[in-house]
Amino acid sequence: MRILVSLVAVVALYLLAWVGVGVLGLRTLFGTVLPYAALALFVCGVAYRVVRWAAVPVPFRIPTTCGQQRSLEWIKPSPLENPHTGLQAFLRMALEVLFFRSLLRNTKAEVRAGGRLIQGSSKWLWAGALAFHWCFLVVLVRHTRFFTEPVPWCVNLLAHLDGFLQVGVPAMTLSSVVLLGALGFLLARRLVTGQVRYISLPADYFPLFLLLSIVATGLLLRHVVRTDLSAVKEVAMGLVTFAPSPGEGAHWLFYVHLFFVSVLLAYFPFSKLMHMGGVFLSPTRNLANNNRAVRHINPWDYPVKVHTYEEYEGEFREKLKTAGIPLEKE
Amino acid sequence: MTSEAKPDQMAYYDREKLGQVDLRPGGADWMDVPVNMRPGSFIYPAKEKHLQYFGLPNPRQWFPTDPDWKLPANWKEIIIEGMRERLSKYRSFQVFMDICVRCGACADKCHFFIGGGDPRNMPVLRAELLRSIYRREFTQAGKILGRLAGGRELTVDVIKEWFYYFYQCTECRRCSVFCPYGIDTAEITMMGRELLHLLGVNVNWIMEPVANCFRTGNHLGIQPHGLRDTLDFFADDIEEATGVRVEAPLNRKGAEVLFVTPSGDFLADPGTYTCMGYMCLFHEIGLDYTFSTYASDGGNFGLFTSHEAMKRLNAKIYAEARRLGVKWILGGECGHMWRVLNQYMDTMNGPADFLQVPTSPLTGTRFEHARSTKMIHITEFTADLIKHGKLNLDPSQNDHVRVTFHDSCNPARAMGIFEEPRYILRSVCNHFHEMPENTIREKTFCCGGGAGLGTDENMEMRLRGGMPRASAVRHVHEKHGVNHLAAMCAIDRATLSTVCEYWVPEVRVTGIHELVTNALVMKGQKKREVNLRLEPIGAQAEE
Amino acid sequence: MYDGGKVVFGLALFVALCTSPLWLSVARGGGGAEAPPLQMPAPAAGKCVRDGEWMRNSHMELLNSWRDEVVREGKRSEQLADGRVIEKSLTKTCLGCHTDKTQFCDRCHDYVGVKPFCFDCHVETAGG
Repeated sequence: MRILVSLVAVVALYLLAWVGVGVLGLRTLFGTVLPYAALALFVCGVAYRVVRWAAVPVPFRIPTTCGQQRSLEWIKPSPLENPHTGLQAFLRMALEVLFFRSLLRNTKAEVRAGGRLIQGSSKWLWAGALAFHWCFLVVLVRHTRFFTEPVPWCVNLLAHLDGFLQVGVPAMTLSSVVLLGALGFLLARRLVTGQVRYISLPADYFPLFLLLSIVATGLLLRHVVRTDLSAVKEVAMGLVTFAPSPGEGAHWLFYVHLFFVSVLLAYFPFSKLMHMGGVFLSPTRNLANNNRAVRHINPWDYPVKVHTYEEYEGEFREKLKTAGIPLEKE
Repeated sequence: MTSEAKPDQMAYYDREKLGQVDLRPGGADWMDVPVNMRPGSFIYPAKEKHLQYFGLPNPRQWFPTDPDWKLPANWKEIIIEGMRERLSKYRSFQVFMDICVRCGACADKCHFFIGGGDPRNMPVLRAELLRSIYRREFTQAGKILGRLAGGRELTVDVIKEWFYYFYQCTECRRCSVFCPYGIDTAEITMMGRELLHLLGVNVNWIMEPVANCFRTGNHLGIQPHGLRDTLDFFADDIEEATGVRVEAPLNRKGAEVLFVTPSGDFLADPGTYTCMGYMCLFHEIGLDYTFSTYASDGGNFGLFTSHEAMKRLNAKIYAEARRLGVKWILGGECGHMWRVLNQYMDTMNGPADFLQVPTSPLTGTRFEHARSTKMIHITEFTADLIKHGKLNLDPSQNDHVRVTFHDSCNPARAMGIFEEPRYILRSVCNHFHEMPENTIREKTFCCGGGAGLGTDENMEMRLRGGMPRASAVRHVHEKHGVNHLAAMCAIDRATLSTVCEYWVPEVRVTGIHELVTNALVMKGQKKREVNLRLEPIGAQAEE
Repeated sequence: MYDGGKVVFGLALFVALCTSPLWLSVARGGGGAEAPPLQMPAPAAGKCVRDGEWMRNSHMELLNSWRDEVVREGKRSEQLADGRVIEKSLTKTCLGCHTDKTQFCDRCHDYVGVKPFCFDCHVETAGG
């Protein structure tokens, strides 16, 4: 049901774009208006969400420590797993954001008869997630060739390296293939693994279907439909230079591709995809574990009712006296 | 299983049956499955007098299996407002509500899920218990799309579900280690419990200690003369074991060091032996220290209640240090106590600018990493002593002990104190064996009874939650003949004793400083033939 | 604690990156919104070997198959639908009409960031 809803939503989006451009020829709407709106929503939406998060204080310093603390001089600390300084916390975050350090720890638990727990290493999620995110970045950077004129040399170089296998013309890029595979894997594990299927919501399937559709239409445009790239770039550069181009020469499937991307951008700030910004703000990861050395301030700290020593001594005076324990007031 | 056994007794549970767990959830969506409030898996409600004494709302008589929980008339409003307030005060809460991608990495990391297979004990779903309400009440998508967006209506059944599952989380933070965003279920559970407290939905096993601690300074409600007697009784036992008479000063002004330890060490075996261990050590090195009756517990069940309760109970430590005029504070072997001391105390009740940077009077080591809180962990202190050769140790006195070390959740994942205790153990025992890598250090498993869940009426969940830890203990028992499990946490020492008795009866639980003192050659001691438990030691005990 | 400065810095970086094509375009004085004009061969050169529109999108496919047929199968010529027989040669046939690679091939390729490997081997002018 949850899967079906998401799938239907993506198919509906496809039909919408197909009818819109393929039948009704609404190129300006799908090629200019919606992309602008989507980008504005994306940038403003993400910024808004992050500002909202940042407006909430971090009252306590609560890093999850995953390595030896810094204490005695002769005990070797683990600065990347248990940072003691801001710089170390920054490096820990870098490992987390760039290489998914925590996912690399993943294990799989199995309980055998008599309550025997077997935990095996389980790196597939890490590998799949890492492959997806990095390839997505490469594909994104490669696409800047449509948004820049002249195309920066580094983008050309990246595209060249990405296509080094020289399979087909135009060359099949490794990133797209791995991206498709990784997305397929991430979807498959959601469908197949009992635990993950049980916890998955439509909000988990929808982005996967959407991303798969984006990659699929992109691959079709490159290798099968072969739309006129100059026309595509004219649409993109039209957006960049605020001189929108109708892009008459571009295939309607290109507008479907563009529409899917627009939907992704617009959906992003309102979805779990905001983990992109949120990971930087997670108090269990981005703080140094130096509480005992540097005092952390809680901005909303307030006085609380405590049981003072005077009250305590007042209540237990006789008992303290009998036990021969020194008193403040005899 | 014996027919007379009750759900709060170990014998009620068949080991083979309890050890059969299916970790593949299926069937109906969890939102449609009502809570199965079965005896042995929930904790009794707080008694009215404790709530009244501590000043918490809605004290009344009720029971979790009652249909009517006698919630305040405007309970829904209270919860929504309570959520709103906390979302604006804790970035952790707000961010953790928003960014989970349900990747499932945490799913099989919770000891309660591994030991019980209940899908709502997967950390991700424990958070979804709150998140589903958050979506419905605080996000547009949830308001419009409802269930489709993962939202659901806040009903009394949701409150019952929260009560059941937020008291089936020991706030051990193991899931947080594996989460790519560090989402910490301890934070979620703390928020969930704070919200429940607003309605007067809480458990006695936490609220009685909290009320006790507020009044008498310790969870167990030990009054000053009781503590005097206890420590004197320990001194008698020590004398019997070692021939040395040690002193345990109380509320002594002008001492250099205030020593604070969990009160479990005063009353519950085997924690008591650890307390005797501290006393022997301090006597032997001539430490100028004092216990306090007012600050007679470093443990803080306020952590399991609310941030405010935590602050209220913790305040006494600095207050007492100031009153007694000590230079710095030394903390005993405890788990959650050290979470509070390491991550909350200075922020809540500091700055401790009236104290000095802790400095070992024997070695001169300045503990710079505690230069702000002025409080150090006893294993940091002792490891430094051993490293500098200040202790005369004879590890062969522990030769009958084949020990493994259980990293307690909070010192592990809220502090990172891994090497200090290991260094000590290796120095005082000749036979030390690690449990499998995935079950120690930052990946350590909870005892199953932390965060105020270690009561007998919760026996089924304790045994289930302790199963992963016990499984690793059994592994080293079978492989290396391990017969002792050392832990530096009072709750561990109490609850792991039960867990081991059930799953690995050949292994018993001990504290670090119990082993230290059993290996310590004290000045003027008689020939050591028994340990602090007054049992034969060394080679004599082998058979 | 808020860490406001760090958040603002991070957000600024994010917004700058997302909108970087806009700034880059402004910095470079705009332009590029229209594909550069291609220098077409004189009408005297006659018709192309395929339909112009098709060539625009799929010439690489043709060149690729020509290469395979010539190098692997030795089939050097091809009869077109209109009866003409042409040599399957980039240098001789294509560049025979489109004489200036820089004014034709490169214009589009540079614009859309394509680096074909044709000229890794082939010389750039007809008859060269």
